Amino acid sequence: MTDSSVAPTSKLAAATQWLDRRRSDAGLRPYVVYLAALLIFALFAIILRDDGFLTANNLLNIGRQATPIAVMAVGMAFALAASEIDLSIGSVCAFSSLVAAAGVANYGFVAGAVIAVVVGAGIGLLNGVIAVKVRIPSFLVTLGMLGIVSGVARNMNNLQSRPIRNDNFFAVFGGGSLGPVSSLLIWTVIVGLIGHLVLHQLRWGRHVLSVGADRSAAAALGINTDRIRITALMASAAAASFAGVLLAGRLAIGRHDLGENLLLTVIAAVVIGGTNLFGGRASVAGAIVGSVVMAMLNNGLILMGLRVSDQLIARGAIIILAVALSMREQKET
Amino acid sequence: MTSVASTVALEVEGLCKSFKAVRALDQVALRLEYGRVTALLGDNGAGKSTLVKCISGVYTPDSGVIKVDGAAQTIASPEAARSLGIETVHQTLAVIDPLDVVENLFLNRELTRGGRLGTWLGVLDKKRMRTESKEILGRLEIRIPSLRRSMSALSGGQRQAVAIGRAAAWGQQIVLLDEPAAALGVEQAARVLDLIRNLRDAGVAVLLITHNMERVTDVCDRAVVLHQGRKAAEVDVSEVTKDDLVAYITGARTGNNDP
Repeated sequence: MTDSSVAPTSKLAAATQWLDRRRSDAGLRPYVVYLAALLIFALFAIILRDDGFLTANNLLNIGRQATPIAVMAVGMAFALAASEIDLSIGSVCAFSSLVAAAGVANYGFVAGAVIAVVVGAGIGLLNGVIAVKVRIPSFLVTLGMLGIVSGVARNMNNLQSRPIRNDNFFAVFGGGSLGPVSSLLIWTVIVGLIGHLVLHQLRWGRHVLSVGADRSAAAALGINTDRIRITALMASAAAASFAGVLLAGRLAIGRHDLGENLLLTVIAAVVIGGTNLFGGRASVAGAIVGSVVMAMLNNGLILMGLRVSDQLIARGAIIILAVALSMREQKET
Repeated sequence: MTSVASTVALEVEGLCKSFKAVRALDQVALRLEYGRVTALLGDNGAGKSTLVKCISGVYTPDSGVIKVDGAAQTIASPEAARSLGIETVHQTLAVIDPLDVVENLFLNRELTRGGRLGTWLGVLDKKRMRTESKEILGRLEIRIPSLRRSMSALSGGQRQAVAIGRAAAWGQQIVLLDEPAAALGVEQAARVLDLIRNLRDAGVAVLLITHNMERVTDVCDRAVVLHQGRKAAEVDVSEVTKDDLVAYITGARTGNNDP
């Protein structure tokens, strides 16, 4: 008898054991983000009830704003899980919207989106290879890449936005819908599902966590840690560029600054969602709920009538507070 | 284990490894045989861990030959060592805390399902890995309360047992153990020694690094002593006393280098 949980005598016993395991291994951490989401929702529903927070239109708006954050957050979860960080995602996202605009104009809407994501993955590959082979922390490499990519994006169309004229592109990657379900929501679910399955059901996902938790141990077991770190950074850049495609689809333009300022929001969403900022633990579902939390906060602050400058201040403070709380919870376990 | 004629599992000859000006290993020779436990002894800094890391592919030796089953091998990486049937339990254990017991046992040896596409994608066959984990741990009489527990929830002894279980499960031929019972309680240390005996009885060639003379006389057949990067002695444990071994370790005496 090596495992007392092998043959639970009843469903109740199994459930108790499951709960037990969750509690002892991870504390309440996995649930904090869901609780926070509910609390913030309830809070805004009460204080902003006369400002239209609960209207269908506003809730849809929150969903639309959460989409690019969520898509980037799923990618970032893998970078953080591998104990890397990708600071270039905001500029990659913006650059990608321009690449998509150019691609759609020249090669059609599917090819345009594919090209944008492949180019994004290429930037991630560059990030990863430099970080791993030249042994520069990904923090610095991607910080440099942030500057390079945003500069290139600014040169690309001389600071002008590039309009996209392709109804198929809008239908699939923008304001379209499948029946009553908006396509942005569908993409969020698809990206989240893929991310979750990759993290939990594929060897690569487990290896990403292993490398992030203890790189030398992973290496001692023969895992190619270089390859894992590079591909994790590719995942975050590819996700960021897909977020750029979705922003381009929603706004019908490519522009050098679309999503550029989402970096901090994304990091906050991922960390609030239970992913460890220093590797070894990740939650894709948490990252998505964290993104919804961040989108609700954005929306609520606007509805409260705060000036843009005050929104910035409030958002920055909230992010620090939220991350501090979730990291304290993580340290306790 | 594979052939009766050759019982030599691993042979190391003239192994040298330097770190900048420091000669960590100088012309070291070592031989491991199937079904026998060899102790690797020496003071701190004698080169024991360096030798183990050269054999397990963590370090590349500067010169020298490593033969596995009589064939000279270049062990360029830990993966190369593992694919030659050499498993190592490092001092640090190399267990991954956030993963569970099953995932640790099968790390980088995962079973996949879903045919060729599944293999290419690396779709984990969790059910089969779980069943086989139970089988592996049962065979080695390792008791872990729950296979779904993450490693960080286990005690020091349990973590060690999982690390040794992993080495035993995959090291069909050669298992290297770097201080596997350090920092363990008396009872847990005894369990580790039982595990080592099980491995030996299964025909595995075991190398055991330890500072504990009791363990040497308990489970080891032969002992190789390193002193300042060189082989100071190689002896049959039954033919020497603990005091002799200590004398070799401290360098007070040098023994027969060519038994």
